[in-house]
Amino acid sequence: MAHADSLAHDDHHDHKPHGIGRWLFATNHKDIGTMYLVFALAMFLLGGFMAMLIRLELFKPGLQFFDPGFYNSLVTSHALVMIFGGVMPAFVGLANWMVPLQIGAPDMALPRMNNYSFWILPFAFTLLLSSFFTAGGGPAGGWTLYPPLSLQAGTSFPLTIFAIHLMGASSIMGAINVIVTILNMRAPGMTLLRLPLFCWTWLITAYLLIAVMPVLAGAVTMLLTDHYFGTSFFNPAGGGDPVMFQHIFWFFGHPEVYILILPAFGIVSEIIPTFSRKPLFGYDAMVYATASIAFLSFIVWAHHMFTVGMPLAGQMFFMMSTMLIAVPTGVKVFNWTTTMWRGSLSFEPPMLFALAFLFLFSIGGFSGLMLAIAPADYQYQDTYFVVAHFHYVLVPGAVFAIMAGVYYWLPKWTGRMYSMALAKWHFWLSTISVNVLFFPQHFLGLAGMPRRIPDYSVQFTDWNMVSSIGGFAFGVSQLLFVAAIIHGVWYGKPATAKVWDAGVHGLEWTLPSPAPYHSFEEAPEIH
Amino acid sequence: MFYRKVATVLAGLAAATPALAYESTYNLPVGATDISARVFSLHMMMFWVCVAIAAVVFGVIIYSLWKFRKSTGAVADQTLTHSTNVEVIWTVIPVIILVATAIPAARTLIAMEDTRNSELTVKVVGYQWKWKYEYQGKGVSFFSTLAAESNYARQLGSGVDPTTVKDYLLDVDHPLVVPVDTKVRLLLTGNDVIHSWWVPDFAVKKDAIPGYINEAWFKANRTGRFTGQCAELCGRDHGFMPIVVNVVSKADFATWLDAQVAASKAGASAADPSAPAATAAAPTASL
Repeated sequence: MAHADSLAHDDHHDHKPHGIGRWLFATNHKDIGTMYLVFALAMFLLGGFMAMLIRLELFKPGLQFFDPGFYNSLVTSHALVMIFGGVMPAFVGLANWMVPLQIGAPDMALPRMNNYSFWILPFAFTLLLSSFFTAGGGPAGGWTLYPPLSLQAGTSFPLTIFAIHLMGASSIMGAINVIVTILNMRAPGMTLLRLPLFCWTWLITAYLLIAVMPVLAGAVTMLLTDHYFGTSFFNPAGGGDPVMFQHIFWFFGHPEVYILILPAFGIVSEIIPTFSRKPLFGYDAMVYATASIAFLSFIVWAHHMFTVGMPLAGQMFFMMSTMLIAVPTGVKVFNWTTTMWRGSLSFEPPMLFALAFLFLFSIGGFSGLMLAIAPADYQYQDTYFVVAHFHYVLVPGAVFAIMAGVYYWLPKWTGRMYSMALAKWHFWLSTISVNVLFFPQHFLGLAGMPRRIPDYSVQFTDWNMVSSIGGFAFGVSQLLFVAAIIHGVWYGKPATAKVWDAGVHGLEWTLPSPAPYHSFEEAPEIH
Repeated sequence: MFYRKVATVLAGLAAATPALAYESTYNLPVGATDISARVFSLHMMMFWVCVAIAAVVFGVIIYSLWKFRKSTGAVADQTLTHSTNVEVIWTVIPVIILVATAIPAARTLIAMEDTRNSELTVKVVGYQWKWKYEYQGKGVSFFSTLAAESNYARQLGSGVDPTTVKDYLLDVDHPLVVPVDTKVRLLLTGNDVIHSWWVPDFAVKKDAIPGYINEAWFKANRTGRFTGQCAELCGRDHGFMPIVVNVVSKADFATWLDAQVAASKAGASAADPSAPAATAAAPTASL
């Protein structure tokens, strides 16, 4: 993208550093945003490659390719890479690019910390992935790191723990930056209730991050001291409690899943009004719904743990509070739907991905509602039904929203419009294959297939084959995403300032395309 | 009361669902206990609630996508930006649906947690990677591990086609044997890491956690062979510690138990009952 910038935009008043130093010492929010996005794409492809290895082993019963221990490492690393390397950095990248442009600020509030928070990530993932080459292989206890199992790991254990510490530190710094920027650097006249929804959802996400990443850090630090310094936080033989780890982990983990989806809500809330040529329906309600979901995310964590043997009252509470989440989430879906009602709809690639999000995230929401029912959850817990559920909300949910955001704003970043044909091929192939990949996993789970197993009894063969074929197709389809980006960045036709022949509104569209290296050096006026 | 009506309608829908679900490759089993049947109904009720909501919401979306296309000259109505009435309605209706579904769910949950008046107690201990069953007060206990044939076939590069193996990965050397129509209480714990004892046909899934004694129960209403698997990642061979429960008649169970006790008194290790004895004593179990 550096290449494209220097070719497409040679403005003498627009100084930018050159060479590798531009990236190593970057303080410009656009450069850092680009680095985050490229890093996230690389991790998405790596994590996807792991997923395809998993689907390869699961294509038919019997062990064909991998030792079960290595299979467990693949499953564990796939999750950590996708969550902490793919989705979260992609959202931070989008925030870096778009928050200053949407609120009329010249840059993020804390540019050097911004640099630091990005450059931690390559080191964190080098640590994590290097564990694959140590004695005992990569982390194999699942991304949830439940003790005592996680404590049985070899050299991968400290590497994983330190990698998670670094990822957490990076996320916290990114979150602080977003909060400070949004609260202090809005253009005059941009009151909080005029804030674009992408900024709103990110602001709330940032608070969630600051609240829960230290909890994760605490949990993994206790694991570390249990392993090396003789403490017994989670060791029953020393008076500790392995279930306490699960409570602490999911107190982080449930807000974390909203960290992975709230910015996606924001992106979709930008795109649907644009291509409906109509303002977002119920803006205030959307903000309050987002805040409600964030609040509820702190009081539902133990629905991940219905089978640990909680008291009846505890199960009742977590069942009811979890079901409540359907209410604000429903409000969001209804608002997006009503935004399209009596609109004037067109179906450019960002809108296509946003619509797929709307349908497929809702399916993930429905299975979530089923999972909330504690007695039924006893049957679903730790089966492929859960795998199907969270992949529906994360892949055609979060990841599709990220792709929608990239297709929406890429011309603004590069000044060039990508190939619509390539993007639409990418959309249709992805949308069809993602359903072939994940929908049969509902059946597998209900029919009794546990998750995290490398081999299965033969009655699960058919749906696993279908799922694997969908997986390979989905994986290959993502090469079209890379192709569309590369083609668009270097060879696309010039884009206009407004980019879309649609109802774009928001400060980012008042800038030329590509957005100049230094934008909003003087605050814009908000009417 | 309103919720009762809703629940009746929903239960009717659930009942109308073909009972093909038994041994299904795409749905939960109805199972072999009253609880598992209730859980199945709850599951189908929630499924149909979701289908109904999806039909309405997706229907409106698809209609909008068709009706309000720009390519057909649709003009956006810029005034439609909020409506307090509508927003109140679509907040309240979901709450009503949730309350209506939470009530039967809560009742089933209460029933599941009622471990009183059990007639037989078995302690279940999870090991990496096998189960141990201890019949409390009967002096019978043994390990239950993956059957040798499956264990051979499942090795990397074994060259054995899993479809030729009997009950591939769902067969053990010494199944748990319990009597039919008897409330069996399980006390679960883990010896090394956390495991989870799951038999879908009983709707029982409970974690076996080191340092904890968890409780679960089932009362099978028919004899037969029921299988399950460990449901909590417990290390390398997590996928290879299945559960097999043979539910036999009360008379057969008494015979089997006597044989086990005699075998252990005769000097055979109580922890290793001979497989032929168990199979011979429980002929009805091999369905």
